[in-house]
Amino acid sequence: MTNLTRRSLLAAGAALAAAPTAAQAQAGDLAFLSTQLRPVEEATKMREIILRSAPVRTTYVTDEPQNLTTRMRAEAQAGRRTVSLVGALHGELQPLAAEYLDPLDDVAATLADRGIPQNLLTLGKFGTAQQRYIPWMQATYIMAAHRRALEFLPAGADINALSYEQLNAWAGAIRQRTNQRRLGFPAGPRGLMARFFQGYLYPSFTGGVVRSFRAPEAVGAWEAMKAMWANASPASTTYNFMQEPLAAGEVWIAFDHVARLLDALRGAPNDFVTFPAPAGPMGRGYMPVIAGLGIARGAPNRAGAVSVIEYLSRPATQLRLAAETGFFPVVRAELPADLPPAVRLAANAIAATQNARDARVSLLPVGLGDKGGEFNKVYMDTFQRIVLRNENIRTVLDAEANALRTVMNATGAPCWSPDAPSDGACPVA
Amino acid sequence: MTQKAWIPYVLVAPAVIFLGVLFILPLVQTLAMSVSDENGLSLANYTRMLGDLNFADALRNTFLLTLVAVPAQIVLALVMATMIAKIGRGRDLVLWVWVIPLAISDLAAGLAWLSILQSNGYLNSALHGLGLLDGPTPWLTQETPLALFVGIALAEIWRATAIVLVILVAGMQLIPKEYAEAAEVFGASPWQRFTRVTLPLLKPSIQSALILRTVLAFEVFAVVYALGGRNFPVLVGEAYVWQGENQNTGVAAAYAALIMLISMIATAVYIRVLRTPREQMA
Repeated sequence: MTNLTRRSLLAAGAALAAAPTAAQAQAGDLAFLSTQLRPVEEATKMREIILRSAPVRTTYVTDEPQNLTTRMRAEAQAGRRTVSLVGALHGELQPLAAEYLDPLDDVAATLADRGIPQNLLTLGKFGTAQQRYIPWMQATYIMAAHRRALEFLPAGADINALSYEQLNAWAGAIRQRTNQRRLGFPAGPRGLMARFFQGYLYPSFTGGVVRSFRAPEAVGAWEAMKAMWANASPASTTYNFMQEPLAAGEVWIAFDHVARLLDALRGAPNDFVTFPAPAGPMGRGYMPVIAGLGIARGAPNRAGAVSVIEYLSRPATQLRLAAETGFFPVVRAELPADLPPAVRLAANAIAATQNARDARVSLLPVGLGDKGGEFNKVYMDTFQRIVLRNENIRTVLDAEANALRTVMNATGAPCWSPDAPSDGACPVA
Repeated sequence: MTQKAWIPYVLVAPAVIFLGVLFILPLVQTLAMSVSDENGLSLANYTRMLGDLNFADALRNTFLLTLVAVPAQIVLALVMATMIAKIGRGRDLVLWVWVIPLAISDLAAGLAWLSILQSNGYLNSALHGLGLLDGPTPWLTQETPLALFVGIALAEIWRATAIVLVILVAGMQLIPKEYAEAAEVFGASPWQRFTRVTLPLLKPSIQSALILRTVLAFEVFAVVYALGGRNFPVLVGEAYVWQGENQNTGVAAAYAALIMLISMIATAVYIRVLRTPREQMA
């Protein structure tokens, strides 16, 4: 101990600090930046389980979605790129597509036999002729309910084929008989409420998203929303992830992204049931969520990135991912019988959603560039004015339709499913 | 001696350069961003900001919170500083305990108060235990705006009084005891000693504390975000939303410029109103 002078300790510390930087400089390494699977547990699973057997040594880096564009733009402007492979949601890759993502038509060709659905591959082109991302995993939004809520279900209602009226009656029965509002929506600052309006409420009531924004049927949609809100927990405007209030018993019926419900399902799989979102007069709208893998333009290791994309597209890897997270395969892969119970619950609800007779697919917005956030803002502002501030529905729809028109005209984005196609910017009727 | 006149400037230069590069330059860039859009110079961002759904609420909430919290904190800190000046043994311990909120981050303070005020938090448990409540009562929802405001104001007062206290304690220690003793000899009551001797001599410290606290109050964000989320918009929160969710840096820069303008006006007002001529300083 007496030999350890301060100087030698300092030298040892400097050597320790220098060692990782020396390790990073090895050839063949790949930096994989992802906005998905960010929480510590999920990122650890990615690093320890999924990426451990990858063909190239991969450094898995996570970041918040809003930093993705900033980082890619900064790297491009500085001319010094560190990130080769990017994993993010469709909407997060959209602002990057034109300038910061490499075309991937060669990669898509080599993966042609994996069975990735054509409509997902087309999504990955962002309305252009070139593939910008390869679909990586998919999820959707489902509903989950605690078993103790089931006794309040209206007579004759099939939980796997509810209508919005029945859902409202269910929540209303709970409110009347227990004096508590137990329906929950993810209307918090980080919640995905905008997707509920775009992918579920609007398609189910109006059959469209943009074209029918201020249609007469939209008035019916918002009236239904107001009725449901009266039976919903007022703390919904603070809920970002519905798994927390669901697990705490604050909320008995919840709507959210399947990955944001999984923790509650994992904690007590026997206490919960999962089921598809309700149907309106025009069908059962639902929105598939696609995460994709893109390669940064000018990537330091494009070949490595391509091989990791191929690895992540293998059925075995995708099934592993499904078992660990809430995201399901995009390639052709049979779900094994020994899935963890929580994942089995989620998979059942997803299958029921996708296979419903009256299912109406509402795609993620295409062609909005970096105006995706402002597009969501139109729907959230409409919600705030109609439901929270109790303004006149017709007045608000007309006013917000102007804001929506501004966004659509500024981006020139054509209509996407469920709206009928258009040439030029999608019109707001 | 005149050859050495450049020495102070050279010694200050590193700090000035540091401030210039890391503070002035981004400030100028932000201002430039706020007055430009795709087509060059324009006020479109400001128009967008002023016409936004939450702008009026954000402005009103920020001013209301500042108007309620800052005077309360000054009064509270004055009382606490006077008490500290009188304590003999244990003074350091008391001061240390009172300054603990200064050591934790804004967000941590917000989350601590969230655990107290949320519907199944400590406050409701205590009130339920005393028989005053039937069950979980929400205080922080948009249906209870007054309770939400009071909760946020309480959390802010708890969190930020320490900085005012530290400045006032330092200011009080600079006041020579002879003035107070002389006033006592002349028959002044404790209240008169406080208002006629201590307060005027404390004016420079109060001015510093007010400027610092008010500017920080206009920038309140993390506590409001933790407790109120979308239910209580404030100016910095709106800037954050415009940058992060709406991905519109121009409008976020406009909010930043507005906050800077408000802070500069408040500072100018304080400097003018609370100026102390040299003769009156202790």
